Amino acid sequence: MTQKQTKIKDLSNNKDQLHVIEPRELPKFPYPYDDWEDPPFPEVSEAKKATKDTSLDGVLNVPVPIPETEEEKEKLVAKFLEGLRKLLSVEDNWMFLKPLMLSLENCVKCNTCAEACPMYEMSGHAEIYKPLFRSDTLRRIINKYLKPGGKLTSKFTGSDIDLNWETIARLAQMSYRCTLCRRCAQTCPMGVDNGLLAREIRKVFSQELGIVASELHEDGTVKQLKVGSSTGISPTALMDIFEFMEEDITDRTGLNIKMPFDKSGADILLVHNAGEFLSWPENAEAFAIIFEAAGLSWTLSSDLVGYDSVNYGLFYEDVQLARVTLRHAEIAKKLGVKKVVMAECGHAHKAAMAIGDRVWVDEANIPRESSLVTLEQIVMNDMIKLDPERNQFPVTLHDPCNVTRSMGIIQPQRRVIKKICPQFREMTPHGVSNYCCGGGSGFAIMQSNNFPNWRNLISGRKKFDQILRAFTREEYENKVNKYVCAPCSNCKGQIRDLLTYYDAWERAQILYGGLVELIVNAMTDVPEGFIEWELH
Amino acid sequence: MGVIQIISYISVIVAIVAMAAKALRYIKAPVHFRWELYPVPHERGRADYGGSYLEELDWWTKERHSDIFREIKEMFQEIVLLKGVFHHNRRVWTSSFPFHFGLYLTIGWLLLLLLGAILQAAGVEISSGASFIGALIHYLTIICGYAGFILAGLGAFGLLTWRLTDPKQRPYNSPSDYFNLVFFDVVIAVALISHLTLDSGFVAMRGYVQSLIMFTSFSSPGTIFSLELLIMSLLIMYIPLTRMSHFVAKYFLYHSVRWNDEPNFKGSKLEKHIMKMLGNRVSWSAPHIQKGQPWSEVVKEMKDDSETD
Repeated sequence: MTQKQTKIKDLSNNKDQLHVIEPRELPKFPYPYDDWEDPPFPEVSEAKKATKDTSLDGVLNVPVPIPETEEEKEKLVAKFLEGLRKLLSVEDNWMFLKPLMLSLENCVKCNTCAEACPMYEMSGHAEIYKPLFRSDTLRRIINKYLKPGGKLTSKFTGSDIDLNWETIARLAQMSYRCTLCRRCAQTCPMGVDNGLLAREIRKVFSQELGIVASELHEDGTVKQLKVGSSTGISPTALMDIFEFMEEDITDRTGLNIKMPFDKSGADILLVHNAGEFLSWPENAEAFAIIFEAAGLSWTLSSDLVGYDSVNYGLFYEDVQLARVTLRHAEIAKKLGVKKVVMAECGHAHKAAMAIGDRVWVDEANIPRESSLVTLEQIVMNDMIKLDPERNQFPVTLHDPCNVTRSMGIIQPQRRVIKKICPQFREMTPHGVSNYCCGGGSGFAIMQSNNFPNWRNLISGRKKFDQILRAFTREEYENKVNKYVCAPCSNCKGQIRDLLTYYDAWERAQILYGGLVELIVNAMTDVPEGFIEWELH
Repeated sequence: MGVIQIISYISVIVAIVAMAAKALRYIKAPVHFRWELYPVPHERGRADYGGSYLEELDWWTKERHSDIFREIKEMFQEIVLLKGVFHHNRRVWTSSFPFHFGLYLTIGWLLLLLLGAILQAAGVEISSGASFIGALIHYLTIICGYAGFILAGLGAFGLLTWRLTDPKQRPYNSPSDYFNLVFFDVVIAVALISHLTLDSGFVAMRGYVQSLIMFTSFSSPGTIFSLELLIMSLLIMYIPLTRMSHFVAKYFLYHSVRWNDEPNFKGSKLEKHIMKMLGNRVSWSAPHIQKGQPWSEVVKEMKDDSETD
């Protein structure tokens, strides 16, 4: 690093941009990207810079308005402190108070978390991306400004921080430089969770100050609750999509499958991330082909929100999180299904199954299951006919953090893939020790300003490095088609962006897709070539 | 009764009350949303690779198999050997392990002193030439005492050196971090000098503990011994008031959060707790939240835009 090491006190004292992203300082990739040179990092437009704070690292994804008057600055500080008080109260934050208190009060500041963080590592060890840098800023503010006698003891206890609007704006930005992958928490000897603290910071900004990335809130949960899906797909538009999918299945496979929806009393309610319908309809089609071939009793929902498993509340606040997941619960209850099966979307798994476990209460407590488990039963019990030779190409598996590290679903997808992909190989590391795709915590859908550049350059850099290392030099030299299986919509979106940014299809013949596409590609009842080898 | 004895009583009371209060805060904290982190060691047959019961088809119909022995093994490795630090931060482990292990031995030393003092008060002789029990306690006290002091002292010095010399670490250290480690080393240095010069077999120290439990007077063998008693009492009182009492919280961080995978079933006690919490009134101020309403109402529907403040 050629840049001066940023200190926490700089957050309030230094008016300049604290960190400048220099692509030349970032870690290099292995073959065939050993000669890769990243383009210069683009700046946010001057017009945007004039109204929104970018003073952390020149990146803009959460819009913190620059206050114009002293009064506005003071109001921002006061409101933020008010939000922190609520964050620490039973009434307003009972759902996360205990984990929050434990993580706030017991960090021994050993920095063990730093090396586990892909953002810190792949930024060339930029101090502002260190997990402790972010969480200790929050800790210092709370200790100094909210605890009795905090100001008096702050110098001795290391809570010496000045609170002004710049500190707050930069803290907001920092909370959106973490993918909440919780890899750092896994290595913490104390069990402190910096990912949780990042989410709690986002929560204060959203639930108290109304400051939140628009892709998550206005264009995310708000749109989903009003229109039915964060993609903008309404129940009416969904009918057209189902029709298209039925035709597409026939075109691709010759099969005539009627997409079942709103079937009361079906065993399974299958819920997709609606992004699949728009970006990867073949994924939802593959589910239909497999479930029909296996003879399952299943249905989709056309009810508002019921056809979109997305729950971006998971990434930034509890109110919207609960509203969306309760809507899913109500629909399942109304349909009278035996269980809800979450299709290939990691955060939807966590929102409905792990977090939702303590939200879907009383009569709405309908059992939920991962589709990876459902698929394992189908494949391993030979409920469909498969020929692994059809998947005779190198395949590696990406582990979505929410499914693996946060829920412990590790082996079902591996048992399936090992059965149907003769050339499967793991990434290093994998399973619960995996690296995030770089698009976690909503990053994958944030497409505004220069944030996508940051995401591809830094937060996704470790994953791209891992993908490259999963294949051999010989496979690169022989231009063999390679497949990255990512059973998660958000991860797929991020991997698509990475492969596009690094031109990896043209340059290294790397393609990505879900697990169900690999299964259908191996099904003998379906004509060969379900996977189309082109980047989209 | 002497001033030092009074300080010792106060230190023990403060330590117990402070640790109990800390534990009580965590115990009383409300039920929280699941936030476990895998691997969870009690997952029988799955802990090695980080799997969970969610890997099973219709998991809610199956009996859950918790492996309590595996969990105890994991706790033992974490508490005694500092497994996590060993795997993820070897540099710190080389100092942290001797420091913590030394502290465990020192706690053992204190407990042996207490046991010896009780037996001594009951008429049992504690010395090298005493009965088997008396001799055993005598020798164990000496081993735990000196080994504990030396390991903890070296560990504290190593941690202090690391905090002072590692440029990546320095910005996150506070004066209290340095003070705490120096405090430990000063207490240990004074204790070592005191015992090597005045009380090598910890006979006087056992006598002091006996005076505390019997509420009798005590005659110090020398100034350095009195100083040892004074600063050791202050340290015992000081630890629970600082971040150094993280050992209390670690139990909750692991058992209540990281390894808490208890599923919520219809009609369960857990569900009753959640239902109760849903009655709390919300005071968040963002425009999309119905301030003043209970959670059960707020999460039912979004606040209409027209109601925006």
